[in-house]
Amino acid sequence: MADEPKEQQAPPVPAGDKPAASPSPPSTPPAKAAEGVAPAAPKPPAPPKAPVSLQTPLNNELVTRLRAKFTSGILEAIEDRKQAIIIVECARLAEVALHLRDEEKFDLLSDLTAVDWPKREKRFDIVLNLYSFPKNERVRVKAHAAEGEQVPSVFGIWPTANWLEREVFDMFGIVFSGHPDLKRILLPDGWQGYPLRKDYDIIQQDTAWVKENLGIESGQ
Amino acid sequence: MARTTIAENGEKQHTLLGADELILNMGPQHPSTHGVLRVKLKLDGERVIGSECMIGYLHRGVEKIAEHRSYQQFAPYVDRMDYVAAVSNGLGYCEAIEKLLVVEAPARAKVIRTILTELQRIASHLLWLGTHALDIGALTPVFYCFREREEILKIFEKYCGARLTTHAFRIGGLQYEAYDTLEKDVERFCKAFESRITEYEDLLTQNRIWLGRTKNVGILKPAEAIALGATGPVLRGSGVKWDIRKAMPYAAYDQYKFEIPTGTTGDTYDRYLVRMEEMRQSRLICLQAIENIPAGPIMAKVGKVLKPPPGEVYHSIEAPKGELGYYVVSDGTVQPYRVRIRPPSFVNLESFDKMVRGHLVADVVAIIGTLDIVLGEVDR
Repeated sequence: MADEPKEQQAPPVPAGDKPAASPSPPSTPPAKAAEGVAPAAPKPPAPPKAPVSLQTPLNNELVTRLRAKFTSGILEAIEDRKQAIIIVECARLAEVALHLRDEEKFDLLSDLTAVDWPKREKRFDIVLNLYSFPKNERVRVKAHAAEGEQVPSVFGIWPTANWLEREVFDMFGIVFSGHPDLKRILLPDGWQGYPLRKDYDIIQQDTAWVKENLGIESGQ
Repeated sequence: MARTTIAENGEKQHTLLGADELILNMGPQHPSTHGVLRVKLKLDGERVIGSECMIGYLHRGVEKIAEHRSYQQFAPYVDRMDYVAAVSNGLGYCEAIEKLLVVEAPARAKVIRTILTELQRIASHLLWLGTHALDIGALTPVFYCFREREEILKIFEKYCGARLTTHAFRIGGLQYEAYDTLEKDVERFCKAFESRITEYEDLLTQNRIWLGRTKNVGILKPAEAIALGATGPVLRGSGVKWDIRKAMPYAAYDQYKFEIPTGTTGDTYDRYLVRMEEMRQSRLICLQAIENIPAGPIMAKVGKVLKPPPGEVYHSIEAPKGELGYYVVSDGTVQPYRVRIRPPSFVNLESFDKMVRGHLVADVVAIIGTLDIVLGEVDR
């Protein structure tokens, strides 16, 4: 599969989907054996480095205020490379967002997007990047959503979420409850699958398309 | 006079001279849509009472491609989004990855980046001015604008060999040292450019046809602009004084003096004035920057294989069209786990419906022009 999540090393991918320069599994080339030279012993794997973590718990005034107001609705607050991330309970996303806009003055929704982590129990991250004009500050609000779980729409809070949520629906298949017109935006209406999911296979989709439209076995 | 009739289902319909509502399809192949934008207009006579933008004709799946390339390999792809401001796209991407790697480009690289990015802003605004005026019916400015834009593209060509999709910057700094006469070329351009802006303004600013076609057309109030997420000249035209170069300085912008122009009524004319003034300010930034380009290395110490520590970063820059944001998630491997690009054109285009309602069909082209969209970036 071309799109499985990466582990230690990038997985082998069908030809054409990946440049040759990317790290390939260490296999002994057959030419060397033919020369009569004993193939070099494979290097012992380097001892695994301690994972570098740049994420630390965040405890600023904003987080304290939010925790006091929403208690269990705020799951976690972390700081990553000096950027604040607040993880909230998915069902209360719109409620927290409204509070952030009205009480904390985060009046601009810069961006709304999603990330797919297929191995996790709740596979999707909904990510909102907010900006506050009076404070000149950014904050990132995240919510975890399971497959098929409905996420409360923030369209009523920031109308700009209209197209942004449509794009997330288009690319990940995440349904936003309360969105006035949730339909595909960039892809044609009849498109199969959700391309930015990690298990969406580009090659398979391409093969299906050429079979249907060009009547040939493979376009590769 | 509009007449109100009651339809069979009981809904009130406002029609002009008893005419039925008409759906007019505009684009995707239409000279004023600046690419492949399709707009469905709901008309009452010649007045627009509703609209829907159909986009995605240029969708190439850039964000998916990013997940299958290494960090460096993906850098040239971002040039293909806003292809009339490739340098700005590259700056945003390189700085986002630098933040992810926790490295900083050397001072010399930052200054050269600033010069090229500001030239790119002028080039992008010139293309906007020429085509916008052409859409409205002024034929002359486009020739003048392309004349000056050519000078900028020549500087890019001398610097990195490419004119449009430049891939001028690298993660960690620059690949190419500034060529010998870069300062002189930029200075010559900036000196000449001052009188050229006056020339454009002579053609348009007090022109009665121009005033008639742009004043009070496509008004966006400040609160509406913020709610709709508009950024860049569209937001500033509505009177909100916000520019990421000042609010959260990146590259070398904190070293230079410049003003943020704003409009008052938020109409097409105000956005025109804002962009004209921005060109003047960009010119001033370039002149300040070439006075003192610090010596030193142009590349920070980054390895040949980039493996950012796991985590995520959101970095945005003030691209010619607005806030261009990159949200990059790393899982510690050589390929990004996710790259989300926050395109200014896509979000600004959302304001189109708000701006176009109540105007005539002829104003639709003025409003598309004033939003300054590039479909490569809208669709990615």
